[in-house]
Amino acid sequence: MHSLMANYTPNLLDYWPEFINSIGETLQMLFFSGIYSYIIGLFLGVLLVVTREGNILENKYIYRALDIFVNIFRSIPFVILITALIPITKFVMGTFIGVKGAIFPLIMGCIPFFIRQVDMALSTVDSGLIEAAQAMGLSPLGIIFRVYLRESIPALARSITITTVSLLGLTAMGGAVGGGGLGSFVIRYGHNRFYQDITYVSVVVILLFVTIIQFIGNIVIKKTSH
Amino acid sequence: MIQLIDVSKSFNSDSHTVHAVKEVNLTIREGEIFGVIGYSGAGKSTLVRCINLLERPTKGKVLIDGVDLTKLREKDLRAYRQKIGMIFQQFNLLGSRTVFENVAFPLKYRGRKKSEIRERVLSLLELVGLEDKANAYPSQLSGGQKQRVAIARALATEPKILLCDEATSALDPQTTKSILRLLKDVNRKLGITIVIITHEMHVIKEICNRVAVMEGGRVVELGDVVSIFSKPKAQITKEFINSTSNLSKIDELIKEKSQIVDLKAGERIWRLDFHGSETKEPIIVQLAKNFHIEPSIIFGNVEVISDTVLGSLIVLVKVDQEREQEVIKYLEEKQIKVEVIKYA
Repeated sequence: MHSLMANYTPNLLDYWPEFINSIGETLQMLFFSGIYSYIIGLFLGVLLVVTREGNILENKYIYRALDIFVNIFRSIPFVILITALIPITKFVMGTFIGVKGAIFPLIMGCIPFFIRQVDMALSTVDSGLIEAAQAMGLSPLGIIFRVYLRESIPALARSITITTVSLLGLTAMGGAVGGGGLGSFVIRYGHNRFYQDITYVSVVVILLFVTIIQFIGNIVIKKTSH
Repeated sequence: MIQLIDVSKSFNSDSHTVHAVKEVNLTIREGEIFGVIGYSGAGKSTLVRCINLLERPTKGKVLIDGVDLTKLREKDLRAYRQKIGMIFQQFNLLGSRTVFENVAFPLKYRGRKKSEIRERVLSLLELVGLEDKANAYPSQLSGGQKQRVAIARALATEPKILLCDEATSALDPQTTKSILRLLKDVNRKLGITIVIITHEMHVIKEICNRVAVMEGGRVVELGDVVSIFSKPKAQITKEFINSTSNLSKIDELIKEKSQIVDLKAGERIWRLDFHGSETKEPIIVQLAKNFHIEPSIIFGNVEVISDTVLGSLIVLVKVDQEREQEVIKYLEEKQIKVEVIKYA
């Protein structure tokens, strides 16, 4: 194994501890920014759906505010968003570099995307079900938990899968501006020093991550669809 | 008892206002099966939603056993809705839950005890004939079975009223029949008042005691089903009744100048309408005996509504002009309505 790597991936071998460390950082960023994004995004996504015109908690102002927030943050390219957020990141996280500094912009970049995903997922719930639930005397909160969220579990699993894959992409981009992880590892060595083996192995690792995410997502979707 | 007093409902869009329901006054009696028929857009779906306030009337009162629902607070209204079950054209079952869980849904929400829920759900599934499907998911059921589950779910909280919004419109005729039979059963066994919205006259004919005919947001005719069928007044009511029988075919035949209705001198086409109970006499034979008229039957139609026979015959008769009035008078004395459809 060692001689094989020495032959084909000599540079990777030299930077092996850093490589392993980078994978760990990527996973860290994915995990922490993911958790926060999903919790906050799910909350805001549900709020967006139920305050829409004609829905159970129709509220023009909340809906408009959320809609505009999502549209604005989704249209800013992530690399620029990171830079623009630096003062706030520094205030919130105490630093704007490294894994810690990357998590806040990752959350800000991921939430709007996830809100739209939640929006789409909840829209798969037939409005007839909402009406039936209302006729049975469910409260808005009851409808949100027992109908909207429960009925869209497969669709939400799909949303989380897609969002996680896209978040993985964002973590790599974070590397370009001083974050850690595989992204910055590849930029440092693969790109700046032109160690191609490092680039390709990292690609394989990322592909592996995506495959695993997709695999888990598919299992959940399959288990929860009837 | 459900009372709608001066109920109106309009919807505002940016450019204009749609008046879906206009000043409707209705009293639906306890324990009856009440039908509301109308074409799509007549406002019947909105009207039924005004009963459980899924649509809040713009004007008017909705009284159920004397309680004005429009005056209740949101929370009390939600609690009251337990007493009003509802089923829909598209069934609206929760796809992620089994049949058992669907029926248990409203009970679980009310925090009933697990053992109590189990007992109640199983007895409801037995009532609708789906004991063996308790663990199936809605996607594994046929349309008729789905509607049975929906009925069981609507009955779970022991309502006094069951609202049916086009409940059979997505089903084939055979299944429609069995669902209607089930509703009739439910009405008889549990004494539940049933309100049925439909655009199909045969649904009304099959199970309703009384019917309201709606057009353009208003109730244009109201009465018990037998008298509506035997003596319809509004034009739209006549259209609905024609839609369930083949009698209107005569108009088509005349229009197409069919050979069957090609009349010779002195011949006419009559339409005879009779109530089964009032016409046990052999009328056709008597016509031959007393007037030497031999009507030949082109076709006929018989409706059986709440055990009353309503019959109609389209006949071709040869009769002199002078005697025609005399014959018609004779028939009308025998409670047979005569309508001359075509002269030679």
